[in-house]
Amino acid sequence: MATKAGGTGRFTQDERRRDSDHVSFLKHKGFRWLWIALALSGAAIAGYLMIDQQPRPNGGSWYGYTLGTIGLLLIVWLSLLGVRKRRINPGAWSLKAWTSAHVYLGLSLIVIATLHTGFQVGWNVHTLAYVLMLLVIATGIYGVVAYATLPASLSANRKEMTRAQMLEALTAIDRQLESAAQPLDRAEADLVIAALGQDVFHGGALARLTGRYPGCATAGALKGLGRGSEAEARVVALLEKRRDQLAQIRGQLRIRAALEIWLFVHIPLTIALIAALTAHVISVFFYW
Amino acid sequence: MSGTFKVAIIGSGPAGLSAAARAAALGMSHVLLEKTDHLSDTIFKYQKGKHVMATPSNLVLRSDIDFEAGKRETILGTWDEQIAGHKVNVKYRAEAKAIRGTGEAIAGSVQQIVMRARDGTKTVKEVQRHAPPYAIELTNGEVVMAENVILAIGTQGNPNRMRCPGADLPHVQYQLDDPAEYVDEHIVIVGTGDAGIENARGLAEDPAQRNTVSILNRGTEFATAKPANVSALMADHEAGKLTIRTESETKAIEPGFITLTTRDGEIRIPCDRIIARIGSAPPRMFVEECGIAFSSEDRSAFPKLSPVFESTAPGIFVIGALAGYPLIKHCMNQGYDVIEFINGNTDLKPADEPIIVEKFKDLPGQRSTDEWLEFLRANVSILNGMNPLQMREFMLDSEAKFFRAGEVIFERNAPGSSLFGIASGSVAVEVNPADPSITIPIEAGSIFGEVGLISGRRRGATIRAAEDTIVVEISRLAALKLQSQVPSAKKAIERISIERQLLQMFGSGLTREDVAPLVDAARVEEKRAGEVVVAEGAEDKDIFIIRRGSMIVEKQIGERPVFLSYLPAGSYFGEMAVIDGSARTATVKAAIKSEVIRLPGEGFLALLDKNPALRERALQDMAGRRATNAFIEGQKDSFSSVVDMYSQTAAFLVDNGIGEATDVLLIDEKLCIGCDNCEKACADSHDGLSRLDREAGRTYAHLHVPTSCRHCEHPHCMADCPPNAIKRGPDGEVFIDETCIGCGNCQRNCPYGVIRMDAKPPKKPSLLQWMLFGKGPGPGEAPYSWRKKAAEQEGAAKAKQAIKCDMCSGIDGGPACVRACPTGAAIRVSPDKFLTFTKLTEDVE
Repeated sequence: MATKAGGTGRFTQDERRRDSDHVSFLKHKGFRWLWIALALSGAAIAGYLMIDQQPRPNGGSWYGYTLGTIGLLLIVWLSLLGVRKRRINPGAWSLKAWTSAHVYLGLSLIVIATLHTGFQVGWNVHTLAYVLMLLVIATGIYGVVAYATLPASLSANRKEMTRAQMLEALTAIDRQLESAAQPLDRAEADLVIAALGQDVFHGGALARLTGRYPGCATAGALKGLGRGSEAEARVVALLEKRRDQLAQIRGQLRIRAALEIWLFVHIPLTIALIAALTAHVISVFFYW
Repeated sequence: MSGTFKVAIIGSGPAGLSAAARAAALGMSHVLLEKTDHLSDTIFKYQKGKHVMATPSNLVLRSDIDFEAGKRETILGTWDEQIAGHKVNVKYRAEAKAIRGTGEAIAGSVQQIVMRARDGTKTVKEVQRHAPPYAIELTNGEVVMAENVILAIGTQGNPNRMRCPGADLPHVQYQLDDPAEYVDEHIVIVGTGDAGIENARGLAEDPAQRNTVSILNRGTEFATAKPANVSALMADHEAGKLTIRTESETKAIEPGFITLTTRDGEIRIPCDRIIARIGSAPPRMFVEECGIAFSSEDRSAFPKLSPVFESTAPGIFVIGALAGYPLIKHCMNQGYDVIEFINGNTDLKPADEPIIVEKFKDLPGQRSTDEWLEFLRANVSILNGMNPLQMREFMLDSEAKFFRAGEVIFERNAPGSSLFGIASGSVAVEVNPADPSITIPIEAGSIFGEVGLISGRRRGATIRAAEDTIVVEISRLAALKLQSQVPSAKKAIERISIERQLLQMFGSGLTREDVAPLVDAARVEEKRAGEVVVAEGAEDKDIFIIRRGSMIVEKQIGERPVFLSYLPAGSYFGEMAVIDGSARTATVKAAIKSEVIRLPGEGFLALLDKNPALRERALQDMAGRRATNAFIEGQKDSFSSVVDMYSQTAAFLVDNGIGEATDVLLIDEKLCIGCDNCEKACADSHDGLSRLDREAGRTYAHLHVPTSCRHCEHPHCMADCPPNAIKRGPDGEVFIDETCIGCGNCQRNCPYGVIRMDAKPPKKPSLLQWMLFGKGPGPGEAPYSWRKKAAEQEGAAKAKQAIKCDMCSGIDGGPACVRACPTGAAIRVSPDKFLTFTKLTEDVE
């Protein structure tokens, strides 16, 4: 052991990791992938302008095929991110670098694919693939914006609590509410029972995304309850606590939903894109 | 009374049982005293179905009773059966209270017992030793006579008893086996440690039991319990399940009632049962009063023993955990051996002989095991004070190695906490990393590697064998044991380490003679976390070296202290005031529990005067530090909020244990999208169990410290690992190897809660199968229900073992948590690199 002590390869690697600046996927390695994407797009544009394509710029010219092949390879590679992020080993790769490349190379597709079309669009499967690709990119741009802006509010809303702790806190309030509501009259007790009985996650996707819960029984109980007696005051105070706790949970749900919702469009669209692309490629070769 | 036994064995754990079985097999007259009504109480108290392990696997078992790894029930069943089969004379409910020699007073043999009161004062009590036979007085008043006594009582000790009037009533109990047993009772729990809280909650858990449970707290805080337990207890209290009575103490107990003194006066409440969980007293006092001396006053010290386990009281032998051997196999072997020794079989070789033979087999020169042990003991100066038994035990945790001239023993920056002793030959230290030809020799008999041992940091220099050399590599554990057993060794290591630290601190050019006066005047001081070592504005003129732990430097700017820098072990501070005679310019305080070497300022000045080169170097260092401080102070004027942010973030990180970390996971919550890919990657890289909890943990200014291992410089988890399964790996990672016995000590010792106990789940279907056919639970840690079902299908239940981060050692690319983060939120850092102004204030967007 002693003679080969150190495992120096790994130590150097670890030191580099500890030395490295801590930067986001967008800034990764001094915007390395942004520059690569820009260079790629620039080269494609320069080629488009300088090469004399006969009879006219078109997906069917040799330059059009070149751009098409690059675009196809890029799309296939970009879609593999879904596999990559679920398969950590083996390999010394970093998902941050992949995300960075995914974002910038994905954006460069706008240039490459548009040049590939030669600005010819119509009601056909070829344009379908093009439009699907643009939609995928558009949802992706939303994703980048969400990733860059939302996490800070997610963290602020969390206030060092885990999701399980938020639910536990609500359960603790509910237990106190239950005993505090005993002296109330029937009508008021029913309001409290309704609040306690309502599923924390009620409201559906729209409520989750907007953070508006018009049917919230806790809010209803707060509105309907009198403030006269000591028992009522105690219940109201607890209901206010419950409302705040719900607000935190719902805030968490809302931000998480905003961070994830686009994936529910981005990924099905990607699958549709790959299908349309397959049709596009096969038809092109069929009618060669 | 049935005359005098040849041997009385106290305690029926593995060691005691094995001794009794041997005595029975030899036909020796014996008695086995057990304080409860069943054998082996410690193992008996394990939870049902617990898997008991049999490590070390390379040690042969030498005992008349069998033992192999298995379920608690199976093991206890085998022992009960075999003890009955051997016709062992067991006396149950026999708790020894005192052991006295009944022979003549042994001239000049007086035991000194030092008693320390809580306020730090000491009193010394003297006990005259008497020759055997011994009278063993039991708590029920009986007396057992024996020529020899074997103490195999373990280290658990006895529960502390209540002292108020009525404390001896039968409804006062010190243990709670099954909370479901009690219904319709008024129960008072005394003691607010984890045990008391768990008992109280257990009794109040099911309202159908209709128990009225109160828990007494002498003060208002629950300082000794885990925060999770305390908050659960508070919640139960608020929910009305039980009552917490703060500032309450028991005054008197009577059948049906208890009287309490509270802040508002005395109250008498109904009480059918009292459960007192007020800690336990270690058995040391009892052992000392038997005339048995310990190797030192250190709390963790063991009794002084001869090679045949005989203590300083002739005829009283100590074996098992009390003698420093916590593993079941060791205990059982010793039980066998000690009876053989008492029976006159002095030629018996210990059962670990083959292991020791193995350690010496690659060394040149034909020597027997005993000769090798003696060779090391005589030649390595710090081992001189050991006896042959200690040497043997010492060797079990150490390695003897041979290096040819020029071979590297260890390299600079390699992690390592072992200490080396040179038995023959010599080594060369490459003091200048840029030029390996500059070396300092270390001669035979001396030691090296002590910096890694003391500071827990990486090796400071590459060391090669200068000629053919035999060294003994002493593991961290063995080195710590050695220092507590042999005070002279401790002193020698301390002196050498101070000397080396001084030499290394200022590079080459100094000799041992140069620093000798400073070494003589140096004092090692321990500092609590947060203790101020140097106060800003003070006029003292000493200089300090951080020996272990770390320090933070602060300066008062405006009304608030501003964090200036973090100093890891090995750094020095305090030189500015010495060199230019000014008052202290900043406050230095301990970030964690630390040790500093205090050097008198005049001695340091004298050294500087003699060495112009050194003076130059010191002035350079000083200018560098001044510049950093001035920079931050300058920023403070123009960018006050940035400096506040830096200062507070640094303070937050130090509060969360980053100061003792070597490599810690942080999450920048300005980037974290909460996808938990880090946890999933962790689980998928390590047997399907995640070793980190992203959400849990503290956050400050969007910097989150998740529950995940910090790979501490001096890992708390290593403190009490019976099989010594927790080690520091080649890349600095603290990991648990497969010899873990699942005892959970490390989990309890970790202040950061990063160790979990769980069984390794069966393998999941592959990712492709999941993606295409939806087979299995998918990426990440499988839910508990899936793991349980899959484990049942697989058959044989696996034992729970301790699981913690190993920094993805052996995995290409490094830590999976960092690699798997899609946005760059997860970073792993070391404090000396991260706690700097630029890193903490850099913009991540």
